[in-house]
Amino acid sequence: MVANDHVDFDLREGEIHGLLGENGAGKTTLMKILYGLYQPDEGYILLRGKRFTSNSPKEAIRNGIGFVQQHFSLVPSFDAVENVMIGLKSAGLFSQNVEEVRSKIAELSEKYGLKVDSQTKIWQLSVGEQQRVEIIKALCMGTRALILDEPTSVLTPQETVKLFETLRLMVKQGFSIVFITHKLEEVMSVADRITVLRAGKVVFTCNKDETNKAELARMMVGREVIFRPEREELGKGKVILEVKDLHALNDKGLEALRGVSLYVRQGEILGIAGVAGNGQSELAEVITGLRKASGGKVFLKGQDITGCSPRERIDLGLAHIPEDRVNIGLVTSMSVLENLILKNYRSSDFNRGLFIDRQAVEHFCDRLISSFNIMTPARDTPVKLLSGGNQQRLLLAREISASPEVLVAVHPTSGLDVGATEYIQRMLLEQRRRGVAILLISEDLDEIMALSDRIAVMYQGKIVGTVEAKAAQREEVGLMMAGGK
Amino acid sequence: MKEVDEAVQEILTEIFSTALVASALRLGTPLILATVGEIYAQRSGVLNLGVEGMMIVGALVGFIGVNITGNPWMGILLAALCGGAMSLIHAFLSITTRSDQVISGFALSIFGIGVTSYIGKKWIGMAAEAGFYPIYIRGLSDLPIVGPILFSQNVLVYLAFFIVAVSSWILFKTRIGLIIRAVGENPEAADILGVNVYLTRYLCVFFGGIMAGIAGAYLSLAYTRQWVELMTAGRGWIAIALVIFGMWNPVWSFAGSLFFGVIDSFQLRLQAVGIGIPYNLLMMMPYVLTILALSSISTTALAKKIGAPTALLTPYVRGEKT
Repeated sequence: MVANDHVDFDLREGEIHGLLGENGAGKTTLMKILYGLYQPDEGYILLRGKRFTSNSPKEAIRNGIGFVQQHFSLVPSFDAVENVMIGLKSAGLFSQNVEEVRSKIAELSEKYGLKVDSQTKIWQLSVGEQQRVEIIKALCMGTRALILDEPTSVLTPQETVKLFETLRLMVKQGFSIVFITHKLEEVMSVADRITVLRAGKVVFTCNKDETNKAELARMMVGREVIFRPEREELGKGKVILEVKDLHALNDKGLEALRGVSLYVRQGEILGIAGVAGNGQSELAEVITGLRKASGGKVFLKGQDITGCSPRERIDLGLAHIPEDRVNIGLVTSMSVLENLILKNYRSSDFNRGLFIDRQAVEHFCDRLISSFNIMTPARDTPVKLLSGGNQQRLLLAREISASPEVLVAVHPTSGLDVGATEYIQRMLLEQRRRGVAILLISEDLDEIMALSDRIAVMYQGKIVGTVEAKAAQREEVGLMMAGGK
Repeated sequence: MKEVDEAVQEILTEIFSTALVASALRLGTPLILATVGEIYAQRSGVLNLGVEGMMIVGALVGFIGVNITGNPWMGILLAALCGGAMSLIHAFLSITTRSDQVISGFALSIFGIGVTSYIGKKWIGMAAEAGFYPIYIRGLSDLPIVGPILFSQNVLVYLAFFIVAVSSWILFKTRIGLIIRAVGENPEAADILGVNVYLTRYLCVFFGGIMAGIAGAYLSLAYTRQWVELMTAGRGWIAIALVIFGMWNPVWSFAGSLFFGVIDSFQLRLQAVGIGIPYNLLMMMPYVLTILALSSISTTALAKKIGAPTALLTPYVRGEKT
């Protein structure tokens, strides 16, 4: 597939250039070409007027290009110093001049306001701190032009503000920065110039002052966009899902949930906000039965389901849109049809004695494909060939078709483009109207604010506060996400 | 009653002697050599189950080399090169073509055992023209206890000590070690920093092959000084188990190798005084250990706990999410 189609892009010294586009527009691919991770089939790169071929990151580094990927490339079992040392050619192969590097890190972190603990292993640092290590790492390599791929997706609003300050400071020192994002507010608040990519093509480049959010959105999506999903007021229903003093361990054996209590009413969306890794994933897993609780109870319609298997929970009306749709939500090597009946193949509608009633299943499958607008060549197409948005539609179709009473949705729109996101959000709101109790876990604070009735904020395995969405202030929620309240 | 006591006493002194410790070192050395090499390979993210095969080929090639050239060091060199060459097959399959490391390593072991049984037939029963003999250092070798244990070994034993010391320095104190470990933990992070992931892995696997070859030659040139079919007797598998149980640390694997040396020589002594442990039981041990070790690294939670390199068994493809 063509990810970049005759793209022209330029970066000036001392500017922040916002690269805006939907997921899959080709932003990351473009930057990976610059960094030598991918090779272009056509076209060339000029660096300070000279032709520059970047066959490997080595070449890019030598020319002062640094790249902070969206998924950090740090060695989790090393500390910051060791992570920097890996690439520090000047240190020589045998020496380990740890102290020198440590003081260099301290100096850079002081200069640019990048607070890091260089003695602690990366996996024990917060995501924001890991990102700062990434930036420092790039600086230590002698970077002059820094590419940041979706740097804010893992930050709290406060951390984002901090990051922007750092970037401003760096630009003043003559650095050049490419800032990749799909968030309009951010690009408007930090970039000097903006380039919009759509479907692999540059559709627009201009100075920030000459444009506005609405225009950028139109450029990005290719049509007018409605920003806020319609959400009507509903009366208070009775409590359907209740969690009391829940404790659970994470994969590392550390306590991930430390006494979580919450409830969700009929026809209500409870949004769980929080920076990744504060126990949200574990909470969803414990509620859906994929992880054992080490203490506390989960009630569904007043019934204690703490010890129930996932299947018993499903039979009681629980549906789940897991965080990892590819590995947990779907069997991607199986067909659309097979995935659609994964959950209810046991139902008597689909069985004739020992065998599956092919006709009934196909009928069911066609109905879902058309009503959920799943773009697939055929029922028998393996799910891995569908786009992310269509995979999510399929997953949603399967979960909703079981007429659940409780829906646990984890990052339901992550990695989806604007169109698919809109659709999924609309479907969630429709389920809410139907009286489903929805627990929505998302890292996208805007999504939480737009969809939820109430917002609970998780920090270090606890709910640190719950607010009515109508009255919620972004700053207030952000502060709680950082553990500030 | 008294006579029995005396007999027991005699057996015990016979078993627990300085000679036992000295021979434990001798028997532990091939394990040390092979283990340290495999540590490099695994630290860089490649499991090479071909150790047994590379060792047995090293044993035969070393033996033939000595009988042709008459120089024991030529034997070692040839064994090292053959072990290295075999490991490159594994490296090519698992790093470049990204096939399953377990299968290609296992195939290498089967291949080594088969090919040496065939080629080695006419060398059976011959004595090595030259070999490595215990050295004698005036004064030191005559010291009680430490003399026979530490100062009357063959050169390769000291080489093994040296390699353990150097390796733990390299792996944990130098930037090379940092790069090797980074490649085994998160190859993408290393790649982004301009490290050549493929080259690093190739070199580590190659070094592992060299060491396995030398370990094999040790058996046919220093330990027995003859060629016996299947003479490695599962030591390659033990080495793999020791890498894992030693948590990828040369010092711990060294200790494990010595422990096995003690068990091995203890067992020989028990046989000598007439207390036989069923032979088949001992034959089985390397494989039982390997099964235990490999199941521990394939259990994700356990592998994490013992500190297995995160990218072990995972081929690296640039741009693919791991």
